[in-house]
Amino acid sequence: MKQFADLYLRVPINNLPQAEKMISKALELGYRIVAIPFPSDTHREKIKEIKKICKDSGLDFATRVNLSPRNANELLHNLRKFRRKFEIVTVRCLTKDIARHAAKDRRVDLLQFSVTNMRQRFFDEQEAQLASQALSSLEIELSPLLQLTRFSRVRLLSILRKEAATAERVKVPIILSSGATDTQLMRGPYDFASLSTLFDLPLASAYRALSENPALIVERNREKLNSDFIAPGIRITGRKICD
Amino acid sequence: MIKREKRRYLALKVETEQPVSEQEVLETVQESVLRLFGEYGASKANIKLIKYIPEINQFVFRCSHIMLDNIRAAITSTIMLNRKNVSFHVLNVSGTLKGLSKKKKT
Repeated sequence: MKQFADLYLRVPINNLPQAEKMISKALELGYRIVAIPFPSDTHREKIKEIKKICKDSGLDFATRVNLSPRNANELLHNLRKFRRKFEIVTVRCLTKDIARHAAKDRRVDLLQFSVTNMRQRFFDEQEAQLASQALSSLEIELSPLLQLTRFSRVRLLSILRKEAATAERVKVPIILSSGATDTQLMRGPYDFASLSTLFDLPLASAYRALSENPALIVERNREKLNSDFIAPGIRITGRKICD
Repeated sequence: MIKREKRRYLALKVETEQPVSEQEVLETVQESVLRLFGEYGASKANIKLIKYIPEINQFVFRCSHIMLDNIRAAITSTIMLNRKNVSFHVLNVSGTLKGLSKKKKT
């Protein structure tokens, strides 16, 4: 059985009852893993509180940070600072330069682009080539498809169709996530998969983008953040304490 | 020999703050299909409301099997119903009503 994941559940971290409601809704809809974005300066206590709610409901919880750097230097600085603090690192690419730097950096997990300004979507063939070499994934947020209407939705669907086709061709993993800010925008994984057919993503790829691809990222990063990790494929299996 | 059209039955759950009528839901779903796929798509979908269970706020719709994913996408993308916030969740899909009720029980 597939284990579905929603890697972008925008839970209000300062409103715990609402957070609890959204987390239990995610479980009810059939998700097993959720990633919740936190501001980069969040206290550990806050993260622990949300983690406890997820644990009590039986959900696997992953921490996530969204970086929106203004230039490449800021991106590198932020990655150095936050990579080891969060399980998932997403870069919102506001310029082409940042998009290129983020795509070739192995510390970046997800590439995210603007949903309202189509001139700020830089996921072309070259970006896809860089991303596929660095194991970065393209994140497609689905709640804007529910919220936008008329031509803004038409434009978004049109560009998502091109990006999904490019990602499939160059073998860049796609991640479908909700980006939901309340329970009204949350949908089950099968509903989201059918929504992705609007931009011609095959159903099999959509299921992969909702289950295997996100689970792989979480698993890979947890291994990397483990104190026993040395390099991919190399880890400490036992320690000998010498006096 | 003319081949019989295959159909799919969908069980929907409607989540809303205020109660909604059967007619409102049917019109909203039809409008959503029409908005996303146009008159040609809507004619192929052949969508029909079969059953409404008011106690649990569930609806059963029937549509053509070739348009199932499109109908599901149209239903999923609905967030407003007569200026009321609403969310539709597809609970089960089956080829027969009997199959749908069996799935519901499990």
